[in-house]
This record gives sequence, C-alpha cells and structure tokens, in this order.
Amino acid sequence: MLLSVTGEIFELKAELNNEKKEKRKEAVKKVIAAMTVGKDVSSLFPDVVNCMQTDNLELKKLVYLYLMNYAKSQPDMAIMAVNSFVKDCEDPNPLIRALAVRTMGCIRVDKITEYLCEPLRKCLKDEDPYVRKTAAVCVAKLHDINAQMVEDQGFLDSLRDLIADSNPMVVANAVAALSEISESHPNSNLLDLNPQNINKLLTALNECTEWGQIFILDCLSNYNPKDEREAQSICERVTPRLSHANSAVVLSAVKVLMKFLELLPKDSDYYNTLLKKLSPPLVTLLSGEPEVQYVALRNINLIVQKRPEILKQEIKVFFVKYNDPIYVKLEKLDIMIRLASHANIAQVLAELKEYATEVDVDFVRKAVRAIGRCAIKVEQSAERCVSTLLDLIQTKVNYVVQEAIVVIRDIFRKYPNKYESIIATLCENLDSLDEPDARAAMIWIVGEYAERIDNADELLESFLEGFHDESTQVQLTLLTAIVKLFLKKPSETQELVQQVLSLATQDSDNPDLRDRGYIYWRLLSTDPVTAKEVVLSEKPLISEETDLIEPTLLDELICHIGSLASVYHKPPNAFVEGSHGIHHNCILMLIVYNTGHYCPSGDLLGDLLNLDLGPPVNVPQGSSMQIGAVDLLGGGLDSLLGGDLGGGVGGSPAVGQNFIPSSVPNTFAPSPTPAALSSGLNDLFELSSGMSIATGGYVASKTVSITGHYVHMFYCLYFFCCVFSFGVIPTTPLAMHTPLMPSQSIDISLPLNTIGPVMKMDPLNNLQVAVKNNIDVFYFSTLIPLSVFFVEDGKMERQVFLATWKDIPNENELQYQIKDCHLNADTVSGKLQNNNIYTIAKRNVEGQDMLYQSLKLTNGIWILAELRIQPGNPNYTLSLKCRAPEVSQYVYQMYDAILKN
Amino acid sequence: MIGGLFIYNHKGEVLISRVYRDDIGRNAVDAFRVNVIHARQQVRSPVTNIARTSFFHVKRSNIWLAAVTKQNVNAAMVFEFLYKMCDVMTAYFGKISEENIKNNFVLIYELLDEILDFGYPQNSETGALKTFITQQGIKSQTKEEQSQITSQVTGQIGWRREGIKYRRNELFLDVLESVNLLMSPQGQVLSAHVSGRVVMKSYLSGMPECKFGMNDKIVIDKQGKGGTTDDSGKSGKQSIAIDDCTFHQCVRLSKFDSERSISFIPPDGDYELMRYRTTKDIILPFRVIPLVREVGRTKLEVKVVIKSNFKPSLLAQKIEVRIPTPLNTSGVQVICMKGKAKYKASENAIVWKIKRMAGMKESQISAEIELLPTNDKKKWARPPISMNFEVPFAPSGLKVRYLKVFESKLNYSDHDVIKWVRYIGRSGIYETRC
Repeated sequence: MLLSVTGEIFELKAELNNEKKEKRKEAVKKVIAAMTVGKDVSSLFPDVVNCMQTDNLELKKLVYLYLMNYAKSQPDMAIMAVNSFVKDCEDPNPLIRALAVRTMGCIRVDKITEYLCEPLRKCLKDEDPYVRKTAAVCVAKLHDINAQMVEDQGFLDSLRDLIADSNPMVVANAVAALSEISESHPNSNLLDLNPQNINKLLTALNECTEWGQIFILDCLSNYNPKDEREAQSICERVTPRLSHANSAVVLSAVKVLMKFLELLPKDSDYYNTLLKKLSPPLVTLLSGEPEVQYVALRNINLIVQKRPEILKQEIKVFFVKYNDPIYVKLEKLDIMIRLASHANIAQVLAELKEYATEVDVDFVRKAVRAIGRCAIKVEQSAERCVSTLLDLIQTKVNYVVQEAIVVIRDIFRKYPNKYESIIATLCENLDSLDEPDARAAMIWIVGEYAERIDNADELLESFLEGFHDESTQVQLTLLTAIVKLFLKKPSETQELVQQVLSLATQDSDNPDLRDRGYIYWRLLSTDPVTAKEVVLSEKPLISEETDLIEPTLLDELICHIGSLASVYHKPPNAFVEGSHGIHHNCILMLIVYNTGHYCPSGDLLGDLLNLDLGPPVNVPQGSSMQIGAVDLLGGGLDSLLGGDLGGGVGGSPAVGQNFIPSSVPNTFAPSPTPAALSSGLNDLFELSSGMSIATGGYVASKTVSITGHYVHMFYCLYFFCCVFSFGVIPTTPLAMHTPLMPSQSIDISLPLNTIGPVMKMDPLNNLQVAVKNNIDVFYFSTLIPLSVFFVEDGKMERQVFLATWKDIPNENELQYQIKDCHLNADTVSGKLQNNNIYTIAKRNVEGQDMLYQSLKLTNGIWILAELRIQPGNPNYTLSLKCRAPEVSQYVYQMYDAILKN
Repeated sequence: MIGGLFIYNHKGEVLISRVYRDDIGRNAVDAFRVNVIHARQQVRSPVTNIARTSFFHVKRSNIWLAAVTKQNVNAAMVFEFLYKMCDVMTAYFGKISEENIKNNFVLIYELLDEILDFGYPQNSETGALKTFITQQGIKSQTKEEQSQITSQVTGQIGWRREGIKYRRNELFLDVLESVNLLMSPQGQVLSAHVSGRVVMKSYLSGMPECKFGMNDKIVIDKQGKGGTTDDSGKSGKQSIAIDDCTFHQCVRLSKFDSERSISFIPPDGDYELMRYRTTKDIILPFRVIPLVREVGRTKLEVKVVIKSNFKPSLLAQKIEVRIPTPLNTSGVQVICMKGKAKYKASENAIVWKIKRMAGMKESQISAEIELLPTNDKKKWARPPISMNFEVPFAPSGLKVRYLKVFESKLNYSDHDVIKWVRYIGRSGIYETRC
C-alpha cells in the first residue's frame, strides 16, 4: 500500500470531512497512525480539529493526541481548539474535565496557555480528586512553558495547599510537581519541608499508589531532619517500604535510610538494627528482572563502597549465573571483588577461575583482573592467586595471557621479591603479547628484574626493533627498562642504551619521549650514582583499592540512589543540561593523577621537576654537550656520550632548546612569569590527549586527564580558568584544598558555559586552561571538538535556508572532500542529526544524493552545508557557506570526524 | 521524568511513539534505532546514553519498549514502569506482538495518556483502568458511577472496586517456588536459594479483609513463647526462616513491619500477593552427579546420574536434563535408563527428558561424544549441566497455616469461603558444574 504522501493526505482530508461519524473516527485513526511512523500530517490540522466537537470520548482523545503533536507548528489554528477545551473543563463528567486540563497543559502555544489559567485554577480546587491530581501535574507543565506566569498566577501556593489534600494521590502528584519546579529554583524554599508537612507526606506514603510512594520518598530524601530523634522517627516510618514489591520503592526507601543513617548515633541499637534491615531487600532486588538487577547492582556498588558492613556476609548472591546478561555479570564481578575478604577468598577465587574460562572476552578479562586484585587486597591469598594466574597463562589463550601479565606486574609491585620465580614462565609468552598494556607490563617486569633474567638484554632488544611502531606507553616503558638494565649491568648493555636513547631523542616526534630520553641521558652523563638512586629507587607500595569512587562524589551519588546518576556513577550535572537558559553547560573535568607507579618516569623524582621549572634557557649547543661529557664509567661511556650525542643532538637545534642545563639550582625555583606550556608541564603532569568528550550533542563533558610524573611530592591545585573563542568560562571558581598524594587521583569537574567574553583564538576551538598550584601556574591548551557548540535548534526553515544560501556571497563558499566514507545518505543524516546537524532537504540529482543541511553555533553563527554523495564513490563533496568563513575549516573537520566515527 | 515512550518492532520500525516532554526532539526516536536496535554489538547495557539523552529499554519477544529522558530520573522507576506497561498491555490484548500492537494502537495511546502524565506514572492497576478505559466511550455512565471510578483510581484502595458480588465466594492460593542451585562437580553446594511467590485468585464479594498466615519462623517463635507448648513443639520444627519478602501494594506494610502479620483487602481476580526468598534448609529435589572424561582429543565420555530426594509417594514431572556438548561435536551416542535422550546439534546439548519420577529413585545416562579435531587453542568452556523439573511441594518448606476472610457488611463468613491451596516447586536455575 504505497501511496504518495500528497495522495494519501488528499484522501484523508476527504474522509475527515465525511458525514458519517464512524468514517471520521476511522480517518483520525489513520492520521494518528501516519503520525506515529513520522509522516508529516500537519496540513490536516483544520480538518482534524473540526472533529473535536464530539461526545465520543475515544475520538476526542485521538484528536487531542493530534493537537499535542502539531499545535506548536500551527499556533494560529490551535486557537480554534481553545473553546472546546474551556467548555470541557466545565463538563459534569470528572474524567472529561481532567482530560481537558491534562491535554491543554501539553499544548505549548503561548496564546493557549493564557486561556488555560482560569480553568486550571478551578480544577485545582475541583471537588473530584481525579481532577485535582491531574491539575497538580498541569502546574508543572505550565511552569515548563512559562515559569513567570505560574508564579504570577499564584499556582505555586495552590500546589502547596494540595500537600494537605485528603487524597493521597493528589498529595503525591503535588509533591512530584513541586519537586520538579523547585529544581529550577535551587534557592527558593518552594517545598517548605517542615515537620508538619513531613508528617503529612509520611501519612500519604502509606496510602498512595506505588508511583506516588516513589515521588514522596524521593522528596523525603532531600529533607534535613532537625535532630537524630526526628531522623529516627522518619526512618521508622520509611522502613516498612523495604518490603514493597516495586523495586523502585525499595531503592528510594534505601536512599532515604542511607542518608539519614549519617545522622544517627553510631553506637545506638537502632543504628545497628537499621543496618541489618537494609541487607535483605537489597539482595531481593537481585531476583528481579535483569534490567532492574542492573540498576540495583550499580547502586549496590555504591552502597558497598560507602558501608561495606551491610553486605559483607552476602557475597554468594553476587556469584555469576551462566545465563545472566553480560551487563549483570560484569557488575556482579565488580561487587564480588569489593566484598572479597580473608573469610571468603577461597570461594571467590574458585568462582573467578571458573569465569576465566567463559566465552565473553570482556568478562573473562575482568575476571582475570579480579584475581590480581584479590591477590593485592587479601595478602593471605596472594600465593593462591599467583598460581591460579599461572594456570591461566598455561591455557595460552591470547587475551587471558595478556591480562594475566598486566595483573602480575601489579602483584610484583605489592609483594616485591616474593614471586619472581615465575618470571621465566612469563618470558615464554613474550611473543604472543600484542596489546600495549601487556607489552608495557612485560617490559616493566624485565627491566625491574633485569639482574635476575639472564637474557634480559636480548628480550628488551627484541622489542627495540619496532620501536617506532609501538604506542607511546610501550616506548616510554621500554626506554626506562633499558636504562634500568644498563644501570644494573653496565658492561654488556652500553650499545643497547645508546640505541634506545638515540631512538627516543632523535627519531621521535613525541615530546614526552624526547624529554624523558634527554633526562636519562643527562642523568647518566652527569652523575651515575645519582642516576642509580633515582632510577632504581624504591617504589612506594601500590594501594589495595585502586578504583574507588572519590569520597565526595560517592556521597553525592548516595544521595541519588535509584536515579540515573547512580547508574552512570556520574553526578547529574555531567549528563543533564541545566534546566535554564539557552547556554549549554559544559563540564570540564580534570582528573588529576599523581601516580608514582608504573609510570617509569616516576623514578625521576622531584628534582627533575626543578630543572624544567626554571625559565626556559637557550643554551648553546656546545656547552650543554660539554656538561654531558662527564666520564661516567671510566671511559666506557666516552664513546656513547662524546661520539653519538655530540654529533646527533648538536645537529638539531630545535631539540636543544628543550634541553635544560643542570646548572639550574636544585631547589624549587618558581619562575616569576609563568612558564609557557612546553615540556615543562609534560614533566609535571602527563596530559592525556585522549580526552573523552561525550559524542554527538552539543556541549558535553570534557575530561582531561593529568598524570603526575613524580613520586615524592604533594601538591595541590587551586584554580582553573579558561578562555575561549566562544566565550566559555567556568561558572564557578574551583579550588581544591586537599593535597594530592602520590598515586592518588582526583576528579575535578568544572561547569563551563558560554556566557564569557568572546575572544578569537587560533585555532578557533582552542581551550586554554591555567592550573595554579603550590609550585607555580601552569598553562595548557587543548582542543574542544566544535560539535560541542552545535545547538539543538539548528534546523533552518526550508525557505530561510534558500534565501540565506543565496544571500551569502559566493566567495564565502568553501569546498572540502570527505574521503573514504561508505555510508548511505540516510545514515549520514542520522549520524549528523545526532550531532545537531540537521538535514533540511534531500534531492536526487542524476543519481547523486544532495543533502542540504544547517547548523548553528552557540554564538549564533549559522552554517549552511551541501553534501554531495555519489553512489559507489567513497569521497563526498562538502560545500560550506557561512558568514564567518573562518569556522568552515573546523566544521569540515567535525563532519569528517562524525562520519568516520 | 520520562520524556517519551517508543515501541519498535524487531526491524526498528516505530509502532508507537508518545512524547511527553519538550526536551525530547523528533530525532530521539531515530537515535535509539540507529544506536541500539541496529547496533552490531550485543546489548551491553539496558541504559544507553546517546547525545546526552538516556534511553531505557526492555524487550518482549521481538518488541522493543524504550523510555527516553534527558533528566536525572529514577532509573528503577522507569524500568518498573516499563514492566507495568507490559503487564497492562497483556491484560488488555494478550501477548505483546507486533500484530497485537498494531491492531490496538489507539487503545495503547489512550492507556499511555492515562498512566503517564507529563512523564509521571499514574495509577496503572489494570483492575481500575478497565473500569474506564474500555474502548467504548463512557457516555452511558451515571454520575455515581463516574465518581466511583475517580475515587477508585485516586483512592486508597485503587486496586479494587466496590460492589463486587459473587454467588460462590472462592479463593485459589498457589505457592509457586523456584529453586535455584549452583553445585560444584564434587557435589558441594556453591549457592542455593528459593524464590517463591504466593499467587492468588480471589472471587469474593464486597470489600473483604483478609489475613494470611504461614509457618514463618519469626511468627511461630513469637507464638511459641506465649502459646501452648504443645503447639510450638509441633510446628516449631517445621517453621522456615524467610530471608526477605515483598508484598503486593494491597498489603499493609506498616502492620507487617510491626506485627509481622499479613493483612490486606485483595484485588479482584488474579494477583501476586507476595514474593519471598529463603536460603536455609532448602530441600533440593534432585542431585546431579556428572562425570566427564576426555578420551584423547576427539572423544568425550559423559555419564550423568540424577537422584531424586523427596518422599517416595510424591511424583516429580517434566524432568529435563540438559548436558552441553562442545561446539565441534560431530556425533553423539546416548544410552539412558529411563525417559528419552537426544542430541540437539542446534542447541549444542544432549537433552534428556523423563516424564515422571518418584522420590528416592535414581537414574543415569551415558553418552559418547565424538569431536572433530580443531586448531582452536581455546579450551571448551564446559558450561554447567542444567535441569528442569516440577514437584508438588514447596522446596523451601513453606506451609500455609491459614487464610482468613472477614467481610462485616455482607452476610458471609470465613467458613463460607471455599479455599484451594496448591504447592508447586519448579526449577529455577538449577545447575551443576562439570
């Protein structure tokens, strides 16, 4: 039944105006069906609205459904419906009154909302509870359309009155509406939670529907009891909810109890009884459907971190079942490790070993990793864990072996000089390692225990062959490992160290690698004793729990138990837009690590830092070489340093600039002017360039990870500040007062928005950040993908598009090629639309698909695009027109990135 | 709150699309299709975040139900709502299938309008909904009927309407338990629990007040202290420790919390009164003893013995033992003492079925599995042997002690109500590793 769209609409129009009522009803049904599948039936508006005057409730509801969908696009005609609504609000049948007020609230047309006020006021005081409960929600709807009007008309007061209503469902809906409204007025005391109101809520809690109970419990969790007695009495009345069949009621009750537990005296009987009461319902949640299990497990993960005592006896229920969906399996595994202890380790290990033979690769990897974590967490089990891991390595399953080697390195770190006997077995598997993590781990092990491995030099040399094809992580580790080897066995490995140093310093474009290479070189050449002290220094033990959620974040997430935040383990502002304003909020998240371990440059300690903290000094090449040419090993190194270094480095002045002489005082010497971001920061932090930006969408959260590169220092970060072409500034200043310890990492999120002064940067999407700490101010810059600034209302009307396209001068049109893209036109528009690039029209010209698209930036600049897709040709032609042509280049880059992603 | 609700068929075509919130754009419906339904990978999470929009989905046979939101909603509530939505649809038109949804789309929109308002779930009890969402229009109702409907939908007892009359007052009570087991090859119980449900069908007149009693250890112990020694001696032994239980919303939870008594005004017709879980002193109806021997690289010998462990007078039914076989199986020969056994290549398993088996018996199967030689280095994962069965008792040991009905306004008493009680124990995930 393929009708052309116009033909279908024509027929429907005729049917809608049919004399027979039944025919009209059937026609409206067809219209709704077409609307569901996404056809545009807005042109039938007047005909459908004509059918509204009916006493057939079913027909009326269908017409209302249509109205809710299209009223916004036809505001003038929607007015035609007002009369009928107002009349229905007076209907003797409460169901019809409620229907009218419910629908009117869904029609987001200003003129209609004006007419809504009077009927709504009446409905809020209606004699029938069904109408009142509907009206309560309608206030929230109206507030979403026009907040000012709701305040002016006094609807908030009427809503507050409903909290005292005799009907529990009215109370619940009023609470829900007030909670939502108060979210957009964070400071106002809209809900006015006083002991009296709380009492009313607790009474309604016993009587209302399961959903109403959820609204009330979620609201209660925001209340701060005066004293412990009040907290206890609320807890007592909330506890019975733990036996509700609805898991959301249970989780919301758990949230209230978890929050109020903080207020109760720790030694009281009640506190302990309450703790005991929490465990069975949490376990029961795991017998629900898999999706609810997943939500429950994500929450239990938080609860276990906050209060491990609640579930410490229950580890068995987290054992994985063969048929569990993979998402349930992975979560259970995570909780198992958290609950592992001396008492249950035997059982846990037996389970983990079982899991390591399963099919799903992610799950198996996680299981292997878990065995390693058990070894680190429960000392008594370490031996058993190691032997289990060795068994697994014997299976020769590639990814199992690699994962096992990574965790064995951690075990070596935790228990030095205990399990080195297994190194031989590990070395057998050298060839099968193809993942950077595993290669790096193996290299680290070989370097660390070079003196016990007879052929360590051969092993490391074998990695050196493809040095430039390795990932940075492997390169850095290899560099350090060879330097370690050299310091341990200097006589045999000179050539090797020479080779790696020259590979790192001369042939690499990676500044981190180069810097580290020079530092070693320098160190080796100036003072071999210090070099030994530095490179082979004793490493701090690694901590038992490496992936705990940071305590303040954990506390925040506990307050969001049951909600999406607890599922994502992210604060709500990381994934929810601010409910107000046109400015999208951007979150700059800085994850600051100070990891001493694994990061072999950590061996270099703080004194290296000083080198780079001084103002950059241009040192004549010759002099630096002379300093370098100290006889390290009684002439043995002369060939190394004198010959190679002098020749190689001397010829490259660009490299020499980074090479800071050791004459800089060996104390902290913060420079008077902040050092520009150069290699200086790289030595202090590792700035991960793999920033994750939530895909698609407009402004998303931005994660920058900074890894501290040295071990013995604490430092704190005080302040971040950003400047940007789009006027991005932080909404709040940020200070972090707790010092950062070695191997500690802290996540900092900083909300940003685009209301700041605009300053043109080059490149345009450059984000500059200043980090001030007790050492100095550091600057770094990073690129934000431009798509973050594509706003949601970037869809141009077709006519406007045509006019604008003509209006923009032709010299502003820029053409680009997107190469190697194998998508069809629909997928392309779908992908782009997810990133707020909207397809306005699609044409097929001579077998080519032409897509006409528009997008808008937060600063109001429109970009028009024409994308030509030829079937069979993987190269697309993109023409961009914009009044500010300088952005085109970046837009093209985004296109390219989005389509290839 | 929930911003929109979409229903798709297995191809990703939209069958129902209802948007409640302005922040959900038209593209949301496509985003889910492209990123989840058409995704090449297996579903890794029931919650997906695409371009700052969160999608919750559940699947019923071929049908996808997705709720979408841009806010920090109560995630558990959204899933509970989706389940409820499925229940409501099933109650109205039977199985959730593409055809049924297409044929009832007007009804579904009407339901969605009623049970979700601005994304807030409202009363979703089918008993109440069926009184006014009838697909007939409501012209014929009198004023009293209308206010009765609204007071029921919003009222304290939203699950039952007034004025129900039956000539015969009858109650059916089923104790349905599923017993779950994970056993090591050596016969050590790694984990075992019973999850049970008390399901009722009530055909009672008026607004009866019911009280349900079972051999709950806490109650029995409490009574034992105050009551006669004779009574506690008899039942004390048989009482069971319930780890946790949850109730239908008709049960007065505060009363259960304070007195541990289960009292309620029941919905009319079918409903699930309670769910419970026990882990102590479970009667495991069957024991599976596996023996797997690898003979060289191309042959496996499997022997499995099952033993029934309950009163000889009782009969277990629908027994099925599923023995997984490696993927490279080329042929299987089976010999079993009882029932029928077949190798099912498509399921990679030997399925052994026995119609009936009495208590305290045992039976065994032996199989020779021929394997194709492979280069695959990865070892066969040896999935556990699973079992299905049905037994006419409750493996947890739960016993119904009483179910009393009081209706003060009408003239029938507890004695006039005909009550039927039945116990069924089924296998949940009943696995033995081999």
